[in-house]
Amino acid sequence: MTTPHGVNLYGGDEALMQECQRIGVTVELESNVAVLIFDQPNAAVNVLNSSIVGAFSGLFDMIERDPLYVGAVLFSGKKDSWIAGADIEEMASFRTPLQGEELSRAGHVVMDKIEAMKKPVVAAIHGVALGGGLETALACRHRIVTDHPKTVLALPEVQLGLLPGGGSTQRLPRTVGLQVALDMMLTGKNIRAKKALQIGLVHEMVHPAILKTVAIDRAQKLARGEKLSLKDRKLGATNFLLEDNPIGRAVVFRKARETVLKKTKGHYPAPLAIIDAVHKGYSDGLAAGYAEESRRFGDLAVSNVCRQLVYLFFATTALKRDSGLPAGVTATAHAVNKLGILGAGFMGAGIASVAVQHGTLVRLKDASYERIAKGYAAVRDVVRERLRRRQITRAQCDDILSLVGSTIDYRGFANTDLVIEAVFEDLNVKHAVLREMEAVAPHAVFATNTSTIPITDIASVATRPDRVIGMHFFSPVHKMPLLEVIVTPTTSAETTVTAVEYGRKLGKTVIVVRDGPGFYVNRILAPYLNECGKLLDDGGSIEAIDAAMTDFGFPVGGLTLLDEVGLDIAGKSGAILSHAFGDRMAPSVTLQQIIESGRLGRKAGKGFYNYDSDGKRTHADASVYALSPAGGQRKEFDPHTMQNRAVLPLLNEAVRCLEDGIIASPRDGDIGAVFGIGFPPFLGGPFRYLDTIGLAEVVRLLEELNRQFPGRYEPAPLLREMAARGAQFHAGVKPT
Amino acid sequence: MPSIGTPTYGNTFGNRRRVAIVAGVRTPFARSGTTLKDLTAIDLGRLAVAELMQRTGLDGREVEMLVFGTVVQSVIAPNIAREISLLPHFPKDLQAYTVGRACASANQAITDAADQIVLGHADVAIAGGAESLSQVPILHSRGMADVLVAASKAKSLPARLQTLARLRPRDLIPITPAIAEPSTGESMGQSADKMAKLNGISREAQDRFALRSHEMAAKGTDDGRLTSEIVPVPIPPKFASMMTTDNGIRRDTTYEQMAQLRPAFDKLYGSVTAGNASPLTDGGAAVLLMSEERAKALGYTPIAFIRSYAYAAIDPGEQLLQAPVFAAPVALQRAGLTLQDMDLVDMHEAFAAQVLSNIQGFASQYWAERAGFTSPVGEIDPERLNVMGGSISIGHPFGATGARIVTTVANELQRRGGQFALLTVCAAGGMGHAMVLERI
Repeated sequence: MTTPHGVNLYGGDEALMQECQRIGVTVELESNVAVLIFDQPNAAVNVLNSSIVGAFSGLFDMIERDPLYVGAVLFSGKKDSWIAGADIEEMASFRTPLQGEELSRAGHVVMDKIEAMKKPVVAAIHGVALGGGLETALACRHRIVTDHPKTVLALPEVQLGLLPGGGSTQRLPRTVGLQVALDMMLTGKNIRAKKALQIGLVHEMVHPAILKTVAIDRAQKLARGEKLSLKDRKLGATNFLLEDNPIGRAVVFRKARETVLKKTKGHYPAPLAIIDAVHKGYSDGLAAGYAEESRRFGDLAVSNVCRQLVYLFFATTALKRDSGLPAGVTATAHAVNKLGILGAGFMGAGIASVAVQHGTLVRLKDASYERIAKGYAAVRDVVRERLRRRQITRAQCDDILSLVGSTIDYRGFANTDLVIEAVFEDLNVKHAVLREMEAVAPHAVFATNTSTIPITDIASVATRPDRVIGMHFFSPVHKMPLLEVIVTPTTSAETTVTAVEYGRKLGKTVIVVRDGPGFYVNRILAPYLNECGKLLDDGGSIEAIDAAMTDFGFPVGGLTLLDEVGLDIAGKSGAILSHAFGDRMAPSVTLQQIIESGRLGRKAGKGFYNYDSDGKRTHADASVYALSPAGGQRKEFDPHTMQNRAVLPLLNEAVRCLEDGIIASPRDGDIGAVFGIGFPPFLGGPFRYLDTIGLAEVVRLLEELNRQFPGRYEPAPLLREMAARGAQFHAGVKPT
Repeated sequence: MPSIGTPTYGNTFGNRRRVAIVAGVRTPFARSGTTLKDLTAIDLGRLAVAELMQRTGLDGREVEMLVFGTVVQSVIAPNIAREISLLPHFPKDLQAYTVGRACASANQAITDAADQIVLGHADVAIAGGAESLSQVPILHSRGMADVLVAASKAKSLPARLQTLARLRPRDLIPITPAIAEPSTGESMGQSADKMAKLNGISREAQDRFALRSHEMAAKGTDDGRLTSEIVPVPIPPKFASMMTTDNGIRRDTTYEQMAQLRPAFDKLYGSVTAGNASPLTDGGAAVLLMSEERAKALGYTPIAFIRSYAYAAIDPGEQLLQAPVFAAPVALQRAGLTLQDMDLVDMHEAFAAQVLSNIQGFASQYWAERAGFTSPVGEIDPERLNVMGGSISIGHPFGATGARIVTTVANELQRRGGQFALLTVCAAGGMGHAMVLERI
């Protein structure tokens, strides 16, 4: 490949040219600068993997050698995306720690080469620069980002149970300072262009239209040895005290480890490995730091936690492409431009707050303007919070809120495309609003946000039952990632895909489940919460039960969760489930008593715990014990026993849901549990966890408990059957 | 003298392209400095237009122009119409402009849009107006402004300080825009007082008319006729409740109480009081206009059509608010109709003294001849006049009132199954507007 003047752009190296073609890198010559355009073939985004390392290495060698070039600029040929990270599938295929370590080392060689080049390399970043992408940029002499909303930089490896293995544990703290670097790597959070400039992660921010011109100019200037008159980031006094000396750094490392342990309870090894690798580089020098980074990367890549997190990542990605329809069925979704919401309460307002942020016109209806005002205020709070965090501008905030319209009659409902009801959980009320909706919004899909009433019962009065579906959002809607879409035998495929696609538009992870009491998420949650209550019946203490659950990996304990949900709501849901499934779903005595005593949880200021006037939790309420069969005398239970008693019935119920066809696959069951109720992600979900324990072992544990508590722990038939033939829910999960 | 147009197709304005009023929505009207004081005119206009779009279910891409009126212009965003047309309900290429014709600004917006529809330049337009008299721009004095401009041009800090040192205490007194005629220096209230004297309008007649306005508006609110055109507004800054009705309507007031109020302008010989004048008000209002064919094609049943309109003016030094008397006969003549054909007459109530002067003028041979007509417009049937009150009770956000009146009258005409309505609006500068609406 040569220019019209016969200049060979690849240093006359035919093999290199072909390699570059294979990996999708084009070289252009502009003003003596090599303009590298990375556009990986057959891929939506550029990702780094072991097969491209060699080509890049050779390319940079050639540029360094060839007098044609004074420097290089690295661009992306993808729209709004620079380099999206490393190839996760490749990492997931590693069998031994050494494979990961070698990949990391190979990466270091290229990064070191770029960093050590005499000719300057400029990273010209427009769009995402994630993981290995940002690591590559860090090795470049100069980094320019575009001031565009799509330009986002991050090291998200920790979210997959990994560490950034391309040298960032060493380069990043030396670029942005120790504390900022640790924060970035331990959270994996997104850094927008403006912030990246502020923290010194990049040198310049420009409009996309001049990115190329400025990048080439910078490469030329740096090649001439000119100083770029850009402001240097200044280390503040506290940063100076903490980061510029070993004693200060020791404090930072100690604090970081403490925070990580408090947050992860030791379940996640990656954050500690990150801190160790950074620490090593400061204590024993860069070479030792890089070596530690590679070694720990190799270990993490084959760790169970990483495997489970990578599984969840792929499962979520696969769900995004899943229509939610049975195999062989296809349908086209209706666009949802206007959403009607019935009920401006907590859930209704929550759904509205998410919908308007995604540009949907919302028509909010309730019985009175007092209730609507509360709902509007709740929507406003969610949106204003984004303004406060500077994620949106004031004008955007006003625009978003202008999409909320409200009414106490059905005016403005005629052109709604979807109506979600979030009215009082009472079948008659649901029937009434369904009938009204069918009259005023003839074209709309009717979705119910009920968490307890079977959709089939609600749809029974519909003249168009094919348009009726369940859309079970979780509270608080703007934070909870899951949407459970519930179909009845009469729900049409069009209705299903409309609900699924709209849920995805709202940024939710959507699972489609079949109708039945409790659907999936609440059905598996119920026995877990009941058993937490029964531990209380049997004399366990509130704090000890909750602590056992958070130690297991749940975000909050079962009793805390009951307080949050509201004990009246939990009681109502519990009654329906115990009616449907019998003894194994019977609520605990203490829960029933506590509801009767008028303790409704956080909203009432008292539940299992007491709350102050600001709703802040103060302490567990010992007077609750008088309401439990065991009375005031509390005894100690082994945490592991408590965990088994509460978690095993959840797993068992998940299997029953699969058996009953409520969920379509173990994958959906895993996703529903992790995103719906916070089932520990490092366990991969109920089905991955079942495979990890081993099904035969689970059956044995259940039977043992069932002897102790007859009827509550009877293993699901499918579980027995699969255990008997040594089957697994997921291929490739090693029982421990 | 205003020229009289040749009667057109069926005497309906538009040369066979009838302009339909499809719907109208307004915010509640709030006395300034009260419930809606934290909202700008732009906020108020956006609230009305957003709800207009929600209620009609119209696809924002259908709208081809947006015209809004306002009187006290924002210094920061003078083209409020554009800010409103940038609502996410519309594509960003919806063109928009702001008009000013004092208290008839929204009427100007409506007739501008109607003209564009008649010309075939547009088929769907939104017109309206908004005003915040809580958020009026307060100006620096000339002296202060000079110093600030000079200081901003000064090159160094000492030079800047030197410039600032020129400030004198009197420069610190701000200038608030007054509701006074630039040409005569006479305030609105003084003009109304003068009109009462010239036309012999008694204090009692004014107070009784104002009382009637409140009674009619209270009735219209209670039976839902007025509230049906209102979009409830979440009340800043806490947003804990919503404003659903106008807050200027006094249900508890009596004639005796009215009579006790002191004259607000001419303290010695005046008769205009805070009670028989319209209050300073915040609010926004908008109407959706379409060509008849487009309304039909999109499946809308218009509430009314514009049959004719006219504008007129009078020497502001004479009777500032008497120009509706000049505009009304022209609008009626263009419509090919008489006052007797009108099922409803709605007169903007700037002051009771002004309404009563206008009514008198309608019946007067003197004013008829001054308007270029041989006989008067006629006596207005009180049963058909301002049947849901008017600006004295409902409130008067200058830029918005015209759209409020068009909406109220069109809806009421429909409710009554009537055929024609006449509305008039007086405006600062000695201007007047009249419009005839028709159904079917």
